[in-house]
Amino acid sequence: MSDSAANLSILELQEDYRRGKRSPSEALHDLIESVEAKDGELGAYLSFDPETALKEAENSDVQLPLGGIPIAIKDLINVEGQPCSCASKFLESSYTSTYDATVISRLRKAGAIPLGRTNMDEFAMGSSTENSGIRSSLNPWDKSRIPGGSSGGSAICVANDTAIAALGSDTGGSIRQPASFCGCVGLKPTYGRVSRYGLVAFASSLDQIGPMTKTSRDAALLLSVISGSDPRDSTALSADVPDYENQLTGEVKGLRIGLPKEYFTDGINPDVRKCIDDAISHLENLGAEIVDVSLPHTEYAVATYYIIATAEASANLARFDGVRYGNRANQPDDIIDHYRRSRANGFGEEVKRRIILGTYVLSSGYNDAYYVRAQKARTLIRKDFDTAFEQADVLISPTAPTPAFRLGEKSSDPLQMYLADIFTIAANLSGICGASTPCGSVKTDEGTSLPVGLQVLGPHLAEGAVLRVTDAFEKTTEWHRRRPPTG
Amino acid sequence: MDEEKINVNYVADLARLELTEDEVERFTGQLDDIIGYVRQLEQLDVTGIEAMAHAVPVYDIMREDNRRPGDGTESALLNTQDSSSNQFRVPRVVES
Repeated sequence: MSDSAANLSILELQEDYRRGKRSPSEALHDLIESVEAKDGELGAYLSFDPETALKEAENSDVQLPLGGIPIAIKDLINVEGQPCSCASKFLESSYTSTYDATVISRLRKAGAIPLGRTNMDEFAMGSSTENSGIRSSLNPWDKSRIPGGSSGGSAICVANDTAIAALGSDTGGSIRQPASFCGCVGLKPTYGRVSRYGLVAFASSLDQIGPMTKTSRDAALLLSVISGSDPRDSTALSADVPDYENQLTGEVKGLRIGLPKEYFTDGINPDVRKCIDDAISHLENLGAEIVDVSLPHTEYAVATYYIIATAEASANLARFDGVRYGNRANQPDDIIDHYRRSRANGFGEEVKRRIILGTYVLSSGYNDAYYVRAQKARTLIRKDFDTAFEQADVLISPTAPTPAFRLGEKSSDPLQMYLADIFTIAANLSGICGASTPCGSVKTDEGTSLPVGLQVLGPHLAEGAVLRVTDAFEKTTEWHRRRPPTG
Repeated sequence: MDEEKINVNYVADLARLELTEDEVERFTGQLDDIIGYVRQLEQLDVTGIEAMAHAVPVYDIMREDNRRPGDGTESALLNTQDSSSNQFRVPRVVES
């Protein structure tokens, strides 16, 4: 399968189309073959329905920006006629989308073909994909470990060449962290850069859809297509969408890269630390200027995040009432009993836990002490970034303090799971953009090797600068080309 | 703020969630840990700091109040498990 289209990036596949080396239908057949051969127990996909996609491929116009390019979609973004289960029993096998999300309309207009629904933590609540209510997913580098989450399925299929590229969503690191754990590129755009219409909401002030790709150049191309204002999402920003690809000059000379001192503490796995230190030296050799910066409220970020995210989740998930769609209790005594049992039978444990925490922090007598205080802490966290970005153009850190952890290692202790999000959640609280790209590898005691991600954070709407750094890094290293062992 | 334990049953009732006894017991322990952790925000001086609901300023955006196509009845009812006369059906909510 060395010549399989499945192994290609978007740009490489486009090049093949334009040279007439292969057609979209042939590429889709390669991809289907790759999914059948390699996805099995890894479980990147919740559903994979090539029939419609093959029909679309026959009519695709390869001159369009994404003509004939199949894109895997995280299972919480609506694609008309396809399931959208959010990896929840509440919606499994009972829900069919009746409309396209704005990102999907934009992909279609650019000629792309949505293909496959990827696994995730239920309603995007989790950091390991272990909270999927439907099936487990494994890390392609080491099957005893998690792929990260919540966009675990999207990360697996891109890293494992069972997709060309994918969309994920990032509320607290859900694109960047699985990209880091599986070894692909993941970009969380600035809050509002991409419309959320048609994305099933987890925490509306934090959620953002973004690309998960084999290269930063592919991420730039996808971002150019899916970004922009939208009359259906009043939080989508009206700022012009630049040609992000043009901003990838390969040049980082003179760029000021900030190292937040609060992120470089003892909590980082020493092997991960070594990879990041090497990456920093590498960027310095390419001409970047390294500066020290401070984000003094970092220690409050996890607490702030888990108050705000759960509060918003408890409100958003009130819509799952079992009336209009989804799970429905049998023969309820009355309407309240109907709500209580429809929800109880449909939601998994982490979703219930977060709804309860969110309801608690918003409840009478506690709202000021938790929710309003967290909103004020959020202001302080955002101001930290404003100050840091006066001294640096972008910031760098590990994407996660460790490589992929073992299945079950943190699943019985939710607080330990939350604490692992420390480097990614502040970007969501501040609304800034950030990407993760592979920058190294660590050996485990069992002899497997696991990818490590380098996180690059940029100020609002600085996706071009962020991707310029990750692209320059990729052009001069080979980490993003490494693929998991087969079998 | 008082240090009383979270009353999971009461909150689950507010959230319209039926929980098993096992869940109540497990969540009480886990949520006490989490709430204990998030209480560190009490140490933060937030005097005079504005509460931020969104990461970027969000304004009302108005559009012309014109008729436009919407989601039709058929599409709206497509995913329900119980409907009648083109309406969603729920248990009786008024006294008989």
